[in-house]
Amino acid sequence: MTTWRARFFSTVVPTMLCLGLIAAAPARGQGLGGAGTVQQDSAQALRQDIDQLRREFDALKQQYGDRLTALEAKLAATEGAAAPAAPPPPGQPATAPVPAGAESGTAAPVYGASISNAKVFNPDMAVIGDFLGAAGTNKVQPDPFGPGTHPNALQLHESEAAFQAVVDPYARADFFISFGEEGVSVEEGFITLTSLPGGLLTKVGKMRAAFGKVNSLHNHVLPWADRPLVIGNLVGGEDGINDAGVSVARLIPNPWMFLEATGQVFRGDSGADPNGNPLFQTTRRSELSYVTHLRGYQDITDNANIDLGFSYSRGHNGLSNGNLADPGSLVTQLYGIDATYRWKPLQRSIYHSFVGRTEWIWSRRDQPTGLQSGAGMYVSGDYQVGRRWFTGVRLDRSAHANDASLVDTGGSFVITYWPSEFSQVRAQYRRTNYATGPSLVSSANELLFQFQFSIGAHGAHPF
Amino acid sequence: MRNTIPVAVLAGAALFASVPARAQGKLNVVTTTEDLASIAREVGGDHITVESIAKGFQDPHFVEAKPSFILKLQKADVLIAVGRELEIGWLPPLIQQSRNARIQVGAQGYLDASLGATILEIPNGNITRAMGDVHPLGNPHYWMDPENGKRIGKEIADKLSELRSGDSAFFQQQLTSFTTRLDTAEKRWLAQMAPYKGTKMVTYHRSFPNFAERFGLDIVGYVEPRPGIPPTPQHTLDLINEMKRQNVKLVLVEPYFDMKTPMAIGRDTGAQVLVMPPSVGGTKDVPDYFKLFDSDINLLIDAIKKSGAK
Repeated sequence: MTTWRARFFSTVVPTMLCLGLIAAAPARGQGLGGAGTVQQDSAQALRQDIDQLRREFDALKQQYGDRLTALEAKLAATEGAAAPAAPPPPGQPATAPVPAGAESGTAAPVYGASISNAKVFNPDMAVIGDFLGAAGTNKVQPDPFGPGTHPNALQLHESEAAFQAVVDPYARADFFISFGEEGVSVEEGFITLTSLPGGLLTKVGKMRAAFGKVNSLHNHVLPWADRPLVIGNLVGGEDGINDAGVSVARLIPNPWMFLEATGQVFRGDSGADPNGNPLFQTTRRSELSYVTHLRGYQDITDNANIDLGFSYSRGHNGLSNGNLADPGSLVTQLYGIDATYRWKPLQRSIYHSFVGRTEWIWSRRDQPTGLQSGAGMYVSGDYQVGRRWFTGVRLDRSAHANDASLVDTGGSFVITYWPSEFSQVRAQYRRTNYATGPSLVSSANELLFQFQFSIGAHGAHPF
Repeated sequence: MRNTIPVAVLAGAALFASVPARAQGKLNVVTTTEDLASIAREVGGDHITVESIAKGFQDPHFVEAKPSFILKLQKADVLIAVGRELEIGWLPPLIQQSRNARIQVGAQGYLDASLGATILEIPNGNITRAMGDVHPLGNPHYWMDPENGKRIGKEIADKLSELRSGDSAFFQQQLTSFTTRLDTAEKRWLAQMAPYKGTKMVTYHRSFPNFAERFGLDIVGYVEPRPGIPPTPQHTLDLINEMKRQNVKLVLVEPYFDMKTPMAIGRDTGAQVLVMPPSVGGTKDVPDYFKLFDSDINLLIDAIKKSGAK
């Protein structure tokens, strides 16, 4: 309180005085144009004015001083014998002062009061741009990067803004806001409880489901400009299973390997296949979708490791069963197996690496016309040739979810160049043979380009 | 009703969020690098177990966040990190997935070893990524100065004492022993290096500023045009010209970098190209923090003699 009072008298009052002088000066200035006596007169008048101001100031000072003393007494009375708060020790975060009333619950607490170093609590921010281009023709899927008919020869496919920070000693939060051609959406936004007992890693919010590998990955960490056919046909495309829900993951202790079991419950919606059929669509509150995933990981040597996953998902597909007594929608079940082999020589890890990956997915989709059981897979290999160059191959094959007799196939060659950790340029040749009807195939040859760039906080490298 | 079950489970789990204290056994220390592991071993003696995540011969900026490391962190009582954003590309996801409240950033079991150290190259003013993968908090290769080694040792001893107050006297005694031995060794290293003070050299990455400052070496350039950016032909050409102009006869390369460009520079300038580990475990000859300086200084003196520099 005393420092506040000192500041009041040392800055506020002199400022007022100066302002008063400046305000007074022009009034006198009118007389300055005359002879010497006039000047003398005006000087005397000025002096009188100053004296007058000084007296007024002293009176004001006395008045404010008295009021402050009264106020201090009042405060001391309300706070009782509470000692003045000591400044926080260095290194500890400063906290915003909470008004006295807030503590007793009579007034809303004031958070985020201006603190000079409040910026340190801002989340890590980054923006990742994903620019795509396509050449060649595709009669079946005119949009090279998603459902729809727009040819999209060039597009800023996505601008992803990431905000990540620790919430409190028990949790952290991650937000990924995606600005796409269709508008803004929350790609992911979840809290992670990092210190629950029993080794439970819990996420609550909207998140990409742990079904297989590719479904859980953001566009910018994929080794391709697009997503494999099977993901589009059977797992809801680019949006995939990405929904609001709760995820709990636990490590299963065993002497041999890293084993993690994940269980997730979602609202029951998902992305759609290229024909616009959603994988999951909820029509009632009880139509939740579920994802379970078991991941096993083992180092083979310091340089090589293997990563295996088994996934299962179940949700309602929005199709009516025609039963008036139970108007719920029909169910789709997905089964998945994924395997990844990684090789990276530790001592030359920034120059050479190889990732071989495959995912197999089986879909069992109940439809009013009967059950459709389709399967799909991709297998890919990505080799890092040098510090900045990567090459890759991918083979695709997938049935349609709603008509398992139609099977699309395809393949891609990819070359990626990294100017630095923060940007990359990619070219991908893609050939797709679309099954458009019984023994009818339409082929598309396309050349895809991708420019990715990120600004802001240094994010972690994907594994 | 069905919807409330997961929420109830979650709430129940959250109630038990305060983890009970662990039984008093050997403290399980995990460090990000082998340098920190070596110093922790000196200070903790047989009262702790120590394991490092990164190997000394790999680039500490680019370690893969393998799930096997999650298992190590899950059981750790203390995590000691180099800090200064050296591990920013891989440590955060490991900590997050460790399910270990003890070692979360800010928790009692997390130690940033750089807190007491002398940090060089803290950038001033406006920094951008046009400068490459610049570390905004200063150069993280600070352990390459024995003076900082002592400071790291003190940080670790204090942290161990905080977690095991009963063993505090032991840790402080170990620290005193470590510091005394390091003092003696440092005098010897300084004496060895004294004749070569002011030797000009080029290094691949900015891994050696603390080493150079302590032992009076003059680093005049880098093979990387900017931190984390691989060599470019134009920069290499400029560097060769600069080396010729200043008569620089030594190129230091960390064991994890490609030798092609350094060898080309060596051929063109007549400079000695020396692979010098900046970390414990960088080669077989450097199993601990003392041997790191012993070996590096011997290598360096040999190379300087051979190059005829000075």
